[in-house]
Amino acid sequence: MNNFLNALIFNAGYNTNLVTFGATLLGFSAGISGTFLFLRKRALVCDAIAHATLPGIGLAFITMVLLGGDGRNLAGLLTGSIVTASLGTATISWIVHNTRLTEDAAIGAVLSVFFGFGIVLLTIIQSMAIGYQAGLEHFFLGATAGMLFQDAIIISLGGVLTVATILLLRRPMMLVAFDINYAYTRGYNVQLVDFTIMALVLAVTAISLKIVGLILIVAMLIIPAVTARFWTERSDHILWIASGIGAVSSYIGTALSASVSALPTGPVIVIVCTSMFIFSLFLAPARGIIVVMYNNWQFQKRVHLRQGLLALASSEVIRDALTLKLLRRAKCLRKDGVATSTGIIKAQQAVLDERRWKIALRIFEKYNLKSHYYRLTPIDVVFTSEEIAKIDSILTELPTTSIDNSIT
Amino acid sequence: MGVDFIQFSLTPILIGVLASVACALPGNFLILRQQALLGDAVSHVVFPGIVMGFLVSGTVSATPMVMGAISAAIIAVVCIEIIKRFGRIDPGAAMGITFSSLFASGVIALEQSDTTTVHLDVEHALMGNLESLIWYEANGWHSLIEPASLAQLPHELNRLALVCIIILVLLFIFWRPLKISTFDEYFARTTGLPTITISLCLTMISTISAVTAFDAVGCIIVIAMFICPPATARLITNRLYFQVWWSVGFASLSAVLGYILAGYGPLWLGVENSVSAAGMIATISGFILGLACLFGQYRARTNCS
Amino acid sequence: MLINVALNLTARDERAMNNYNRSKSALTVLDLTVSYSGKTALFSVDANFPIESMSAIIGPNGAGKSSFLKAVLNITPSLSGKVKIFDMSLKQAREHIAYVPQRTSIDWDFPASVLDVVKMGLYRELGLFGWLTTAHLKAAYEALDRVGMANLANRQIGQLSGGQQQRVFLARALIQNAKLYLLDEPFAGVDAATERIMIDVLKELKTNCKSIICVHHDLATVRSYFDHVFFINIEKVAEGPTASTFTPENLRTTYGERLAATHIEQLHPDASVITA
Repeated sequence: MNNFLNALIFNAGYNTNLVTFGATLLGFSAGISGTFLFLRKRALVCDAIAHATLPGIGLAFITMVLLGGDGRNLAGLLTGSIVTASLGTATISWIVHNTRLTEDAAIGAVLSVFFGFGIVLLTIIQSMAIGYQAGLEHFFLGATAGMLFQDAIIISLGGVLTVATILLLRRPMMLVAFDINYAYTRGYNVQLVDFTIMALVLAVTAISLKIVGLILIVAMLIIPAVTARFWTERSDHILWIASGIGAVSSYIGTALSASVSALPTGPVIVIVCTSMFIFSLFLAPARGIIVVMYNNWQFQKRVHLRQGLLALASSEVIRDALTLKLLRRAKCLRKDGVATSTGIIKAQQAVLDERRWKIALRIFEKYNLKSHYYRLTPIDVVFTSEEIAKIDSILTELPTTSIDNSIT
Repeated sequence: MGVDFIQFSLTPILIGVLASVACALPGNFLILRQQALLGDAVSHVVFPGIVMGFLVSGTVSATPMVMGAISAAIIAVVCIEIIKRFGRIDPGAAMGITFSSLFASGVIALEQSDTTTVHLDVEHALMGNLESLIWYEANGWHSLIEPASLAQLPHELNRLALVCIIILVLLFIFWRPLKISTFDEYFARTTGLPTITISLCLTMISTISAVTAFDAVGCIIVIAMFICPPATARLITNRLYFQVWWSVGFASLSAVLGYILAGYGPLWLGVENSVSAAGMIATISGFILGLACLFGQYRARTNCS
Repeated sequence: MLINVALNLTARDERAMNNYNRSKSALTVLDLTVSYSGKTALFSVDANFPIESMSAIIGPNGAGKSSFLKAVLNITPSLSGKVKIFDMSLKQAREHIAYVPQRTSIDWDFPASVLDVVKMGLYRELGLFGWLTTAHLKAAYEALDRVGMANLANRQIGQLSGGQQQRVFLARALIQNAKLYLLDEPFAGVDAATERIMIDVLKELKTNCKSIICVHHDLATVRSYFDHVFFINIEKVAEGPTASTFTPENLRTTYGERLAATHIEQLHPDASVITA
């Protein structure tokens, strides 16, 4: 616990502090660049990008060894990973544009083939006589323990750079992600912006490799964006919520992993992120499952109750089981199917409400009130009592036939 | 081509072929339904499933691990559906969230438990151990007709053969409903076909082949074989029936070529050590797909509307 | 006081007046409400489509025309409502229904030939293993011939033009030998030749005592094609024989400001009198 607190307040050794700092910034960038991908409906492209880094890492290692250097140089490995990841991205878009294969097939093919080739390279590296452990398997799941000082520097520097890029280019990127047509009319070079977004994703992926690992980077990019989606309908808010979620989960995850033994960094960050996602999925007030399902059920009940009451008012036979059940529960109907006095009053009110709504929709036509009517909002919620009085005066003046004919 | 081949290469090649075919067959339909990445998602969650199976049962025997893998895959599919339907999130993102979360929990569960004595790790799960599935009891071609030696065949081989046969039989029986509901779901529903059940069954079949193949050959081959052979076949034919058979052909070709190149290729280049067979098989399947993308007769989109 | 007014009104309630003669109706819908993601797509829709006639479902974009068909066929779930087809439940009536979905709801790049698609219409008859006899094949070719596509039977469906694709769909419906044909925007984006061939086929169906219901978007052709219209804009607006129901008022109520007055005049010779 103490270790954890120390890590949280950046008091756990220079390297750990640097890594925690870098990871937090990368989480921030990942949250934002992932949101761009998510809004462009290309969430899983980043999984292919991440897997396509492996052959680059392998090739960079081999090249550096053949040139007589230390194959483990992080800067070199990251350069290699960026090269093959870009190649993978380019291959995906080439396949999508030039063949009949759809994007999901292209992503899967690139992901598996590049990764498979990377594994082949890893087995080659294992058989090379280099006198030290290559340690490339750390790139699968990420490992911050025992990280070199210079690697920590690269990571935190990378974090700073991606955040700076985002802050600098946020306007054109947001415009393209949220309203591509408007971006066109404003004369933005949409392709260039798209390219920048992909470059950003590539950079975030490459730099996070050492922390999160290539298998789980997809989580850092997607989960914050999707989680944010549950809390707001406004696109610009999604962006900042997602970046916050990304930063916080990276921060907590890195600190946890640094302070507890046998907790690999990547999976911990993902789990922290996932718990926020699960919480939002169920409990978010705007789009959370519980709220949405409750609202739906309430609406279904309102629909059935209203139809039941209208049927009562015109003495129709009601057969629908749910309608009958709701009417009985509202004490509008006796067990033997005869309407109670409450039922009759409520049925009359329902009919009156219906009539009032039809008049209201006509006299307040320009206010576009239909959505309220279709959601069965009670009329006194939408209108003031004066307005209702006005509606009623029209209702009593009109001959009944004209209401029926002109509106229905 | 002597005893060595039969002992050390025949069974891995056969297992590779069967695993590839078991994945390629349902892959055809996943690709047409634009669910190609389901294979990716399922193969990622097999690992946590195996870990759970091991932690619950405490042994490394196959049955609890396969059960664990299948239940993890089912959990994943249910989660994806919930996120998709009730959370109203697009399928790609729903898959990405589900498999990465489950994978992460699998890794943590493994790290937190005492499994130092057990050969169970992420790399192994990714790369498989095709090379180790040898038929030690064989001592010549005549072993192929000796019951005693046949009984000692790696059990992965038998299991995969069984799965392949089951899938082929199911495909034969449900060919028409599968074709109709893949092509036109609304129409299928109006003729009374249970499209949701069909879709779930396809997912289940894919899961079972993914789990069985994963157990033998690791997850790279699984993902590659769900997608590359069917995609290749799709680029060279315009008939579903032929597409399915072509995909079987390409899957087998990739497995055989990949294994031989991985095992003997380095020797031909004068290097002692062989490279990963699983990785090589995936690479070859991608190479074949690349050729089809460039030269396939029906590579271009035909939809003119 | 007000409640008395309401009570008087109930006696004249439209529901009570809709005393459907069910034996004469192909499709009866009561109180159909459909809502997804918090948005109401159909609100308490009652409908009654007569048998042996051609009916059009008309309304602006997003009015729930396609949702109506899908909810009727239980392709999408509905919150409430009852559907009767020839006075039977959907399940009982299934073999009498042929549905033609929107052409754009399909991936036409699917590896299948024209004949393959038409043969799909035989599934109810053949089941899993039913043997495809020469009689079946002959029926398939006949259906293709009726829509003028017999010479393209072996063509890959993706190579067809939009109109040809729509005709293949119609051929698949024809081979089902149904009594009720439900078509979702069959004339959307098709060429003039296709439209003429299809309307001829549909009219021929009608004379052979079949019932046809089309979601339709082209107001200019409603009068010449259909003898029954159903106006919808989330709620039902009006329904009845084309001659008496396809009026400027109903059009205006359905489409609102979207339909210019000049447009209405073109459709209806008396419109100038009524708008004045």
